[in-house]
Amino acid sequence: MGDLRDLYQEVILDHSRKPRNFRCLEEADHRVDGFNPLCGDKVTLFVRLENGELKDISFQGSGCAISTASASMMTEKLKGKSTQEAMRLFDEFHDLVTGKAGQGADLGKLAVFSGVCEFPIRVKCATLAWHALKAALIGAEHSVSTE
Amino acid sequence: MSGSERVLNAGSQAGAPFPRSAPRPTATLDIEAVRRDFPVLQQSVNGHPLVYLDNAATTQKPKAVLAALEHYYTRDNANIHRGVHELSQRATAAYEQAREKARSFVNARSTKEILFVRGTTEAINLVAHSFGAARVSAGDEILLTRMEHHSNIVPWQMLCERQGAKLQVVPVNERGELVVEELERLLSPRTRIVSLVHLSNALGTINPVKEIIALAHRRGVPVLLDGAQAAARIPIDVQDLDCDFYAFSGHKLYGPTGIGVLYGKSELLEAMPPFLGGGDMIASVSFEKTLYNKLPNKFEAGTPHVAGAIGLGAAIDYVRGIGIEAIAAHEEELLRHATERVSRVPGIRIIGTAREKAGILSFVMEGVHPHDLGTILDQQGIAIRAGHHCTQPLMEQFGVPATARASFGMYNTLAEVDALVDGLGRVREVFA
Repeated sequence: MGDLRDLYQEVILDHSRKPRNFRCLEEADHRVDGFNPLCGDKVTLFVRLENGELKDISFQGSGCAISTASASMMTEKLKGKSTQEAMRLFDEFHDLVTGKAGQGADLGKLAVFSGVCEFPIRVKCATLAWHALKAALIGAEHSVSTE
Repeated sequence: MSGSERVLNAGSQAGAPFPRSAPRPTATLDIEAVRRDFPVLQQSVNGHPLVYLDNAATTQKPKAVLAALEHYYTRDNANIHRGVHELSQRATAAYEQAREKARSFVNARSTKEILFVRGTTEAINLVAHSFGAARVSAGDEILLTRMEHHSNIVPWQMLCERQGAKLQVVPVNERGELVVEELERLLSPRTRIVSLVHLSNALGTINPVKEIIALAHRRGVPVLLDGAQAAARIPIDVQDLDCDFYAFSGHKLYGPTGIGVLYGKSELLEAMPPFLGGGDMIASVSFEKTLYNKLPNKFEAGTPHVAGAIGLGAAIDYVRGIGIEAIAAHEEELLRHATERVSRVPGIRIIGTAREKAGILSFVMEGVHPHDLGTILDQQGIAIRAGHHCTQPLMEQFGVPATARASFGMYNTLAEVDALVDGLGRVREVFA
């Protein structure tokens, strides 16, 4: 098991206390509910697409520090990105938290989640919002579950 | 964890919610000797001595249970009931002896009333299917409570869908106690069964089941008790309770997983159709007509978990050797100490403050999700549960998505409770 400070880095704690883009997006054209039945974490992701670009993105819900911070930092990272880029970042982030691949060079601040791979049970927390994002982008706008 | 008991003085402080009662109950339990019986406890986790406080999820197993399983598989393994050879006779004898131990443990009249099942979940499903098919029809009502585990909700919901019946739900007050007057009011001429938990897995509440059974019986309604948590913490006497069904799991009673018991009154079981069909539950089979076996075999289709039953028998022997009253008194002491100390940690709210409680402490910490709390405690070798405890309707009532839950077993010590409190201090530091 890794060190606690690798998991609960200051930036993660900050985003969990003060999540960014934490609101309902009235003009969203995509809305996906994500649910982790194991711990009861819930996230609702709102996306507004324009010409293949994530013009706006926000979320609401309740969850642990890891899932809240992950959702918050994801929305910051993806605003203004193309859908292709967002899908690529999904893969990079997924590889990062499951300890599969490289440094996540394009992930920027999101690299603080690298500690999650030492806590396998928490991977689902870190990826909940990202799975909701993927569902939104591939147009599968039903609820997603981590199970 | 050393297990050394420190002198407890918190109870003498003014305003303590649980005044101490003399004499000190832990005196009856040789905790060091008990701990030596549980090999799994002798280990470090994440560099700290293991503090196992997830006993409501499953208990650890004493050497006596492990030895019984090994003995069975190394000496007596055979299929039961129809073998003419020596091993089959030994296996059958050991299996039926385990049934007798289970009978005696809950004080049933006869071993005919003791059915081996996989666990509490299967026991409830058996009753919902079999009793439900015979006795529940469209428009009838099943009475449950808000504090039920999903395993005592979903099988009844499925029955209601099949039969066109409906669920009625007894509310729970802010302390986490059943509102018994509401239960009385909800008992209607259409109520076919009351099914409720004896000891709540999420709150630790002990329900006044004897009173509730008497209320239901006055209206001719049978009662099933979910004893998953109670069996290891409260002496069970099904005749004194006069319950109609009682379900419990071996693995929460220091026995193996995959084995449990359904007690049912013989007159009810006799009248119920079989649950699963197959070998061993029949008297004779032809393609025209099958005659079912007598109780309890009618409800035990297929080769049962023979080793599990034998292991459960060994667990029952072990628990009775220690004494369920001594275990209950010890856990009461642990719960009292934990309640006093944990509730003083800044930002803690105890979920479930019933006047009658046992063995289980659920809580939330302001600003910290139970999942994060669980991970940080785990880093200190402390195992607790974080989640909704399969009681989502109850969590909703208390306005929390999840709680952290510490649940005690016979081998836990006051020093381990102190380790938990220190651990919560560490959680506060990380989230400061």
